[in-house]
Amino acid sequence: MRRDLGWWALLLPAFLMMTVLYIAPIVQVLAISVTEPQLGLGNYDRLLTNAGVQRVILTTLRIGLLTTGIALLLGYALAYVIALARPAAQRWWLLGVLLPLWISVLVRAFAWVTLLRRQGLVNQGLQASGLIDAPLPLVWNEFGVVVGMVHYMVPYAVLPMLASMREIDSRLLAAARGLGASRGTVFGRVFLPLSLPGVVAAGVLVFIFSLGFYITPAILGGGKTLMAAEWIKLQILDLVRWGMGAMLATVLVAAILATLAVFSRVVDLRRLFGARA
Amino acid sequence: MTLPPPSASAPAGHALALTGLTRRYGAFTAVQDVSLSVASGQFLTLLGPSGSGKTTILMMVAGFTEPSAGSILLDGRDITALPPERRDFGMVFQGYALFPHMTVAENVSFPLRVRGLARAARDAKVRAALDLVQLDRFADRKPAQLSGGQQQRVALARALVFDPALLLLDEPLSALDKKLRGELQEELKALHRRIGRTFINVTHDQEEALRLSDRVAILDHGRLVQQGSPLELYERPATRFVADFLGRSNFLAGTVREVRPGAMALLAGATRVVQAVPEGAPRLALGTPGLLALRPEKITLLAPGEAADTEVAGEIAAWSYHGTGFSLAVQTTDLGILHVALPAWRAAISPTEGMPVRLGWPADASVPVAEDSHAA
Repeated sequence: MRRDLGWWALLLPAFLMMTVLYIAPIVQVLAISVTEPQLGLGNYDRLLTNAGVQRVILTTLRIGLLTTGIALLLGYALAYVIALARPAAQRWWLLGVLLPLWISVLVRAFAWVTLLRRQGLVNQGLQASGLIDAPLPLVWNEFGVVVGMVHYMVPYAVLPMLASMREIDSRLLAAARGLGASRGTVFGRVFLPLSLPGVVAAGVLVFIFSLGFYITPAILGGGKTLMAAEWIKLQILDLVRWGMGAMLATVLVAAILATLAVFSRVVDLRRLFGARA
Repeated sequence: MTLPPPSASAPAGHALALTGLTRRYGAFTAVQDVSLSVASGQFLTLLGPSGSGKTTILMMVAGFTEPSAGSILLDGRDITALPPERRDFGMVFQGYALFPHMTVAENVSFPLRVRGLARAARDAKVRAALDLVQLDRFADRKPAQLSGGQQQRVALARALVFDPALLLLDEPLSALDKKLRGELQEELKALHRRIGRTFINVTHDQEEALRLSDRVAILDHGRLVQQGSPLELYERPATRFVADFLGRSNFLAGTVREVRPGAMALLAGATRVVQAVPEGAPRLALGTPGLLALRPEKITLLAPGEAADTEVAGEIAAWSYHGTGFSLAVQTTDLGILHVALPAWRAAISPTEGMPVRLGWPADASVPVAEDSHAA
């Protein structure tokens, strides 16, 4: 009993630091949503009545789902190629996937702006080749935001899917072919179902990340495509409506916890966040 | 029953022939110029130590590995270039390779599904195949809920359900414990008799090869060393490797000193070893070195005054008791250590270390064997 107490005492400093410096401020901020400007659920009432809030939430969900879908498709193809590559080639592929993670989000967002703007490389290239007459609106809209976010999220989609693909016994694929299945059938009936846990895990990870994106939509959305994080910043720093900002922040936290709760029944979350190799 | 009995109008099994099959990996030759044929309905075992090329041969037959040279013929038709899914061979993989996300019934019905069979026909065949391996009660379980032996039977049912031309088995029993392995060997043999199909089995277990097969092909370093019935291989091994790998052998080296019709004699030190030479067998020339293989169970302990074609004296260097018999290691001056297997029941002696004994064996107990040629 005494020994147990000693062990718990070792945890105390870390626990206090987390409580005082992290949990307490968050709880305090979240509490503002029911205290400012006056006590009550007035701020949450806006969820039902204010078209602006509703539009931000819908935009966030739409962009989040779109980003998740596209990142999963691209990530799956990448993970598939990597999983089937020879070990030496696998290392180079992985380096290629992980390299962007070491580059600042800010740099990457501005890089996309220079590529996608009206006089950017993409529009100029398309115009020069005669495919389009006038520049396409590729940035400072939802399209630009999705491009930037997908670019950021693909590595996060690849890693869980690759992990689950690597667990697939290659003999199963050989067995399926030996039993008469074409390459396509082997993929559809054996490989895809066995890699699904990785797909679900990657989907949850990417979607949760996407809900809270701030820098990428702020730069590539050009102020026209508002997502939740930027809207919260707008409320608190520009309009000084702490109550409204805190309300949406609370909704965001609740939405993420709800997503995790639902999918924790399908996938092993500890594994998703790297607690188990 | 989905599987026609052997007496059905069309022959149930198919014949397979390999001619000059070779597989190289860079500078390494895994399989070198192997020619083999399996008659319809035969049980052939490819036997060899690991790295002998036996699995590579099976993978080439199955279509997963492309031969560097040579061809594979099924009933005389060249199938060398056919992809695995068009060969119609059933295969039981090492570790079984059951699909973990499917139930037992779904696993067994997989080959029928990919062939586009209607549901009713599929169900009937799956039930019959599961009946065949006595697993009908486990149709709705997942593979992970089955024991090793049950998984092995599911793999068998899955490999047989679509009436394959051949059944290929890649070390099918190696993952099981010894007792279960023995039981499943019996079952596999009975299954082969019952359905009369051509089986090709790969194993490194010489006992399994002897028990199951109609024919055994012994491989070493990628080459086919010898093939024949289990009895032929055990009684008349052609090389030192075969004599040593299939069961145990003593090797007697000497120089040919006498050659008579039907027999010859080798001299090893002062010991004269008499060797029978059957009609038509190649004979060794006078004065050349010769090597004989002698099974431990063919050596007898000579009573005082008893005579044998070859006699040698020695003393017991080590011994052990196995229930059915004694194993003796007898030190001799001219022939080195000879291993002797002695039936324990009514054994003439109770062995002790250092005990002097006289050993003997008839001229037809040993066989001349060739030294191994691993060069190139």
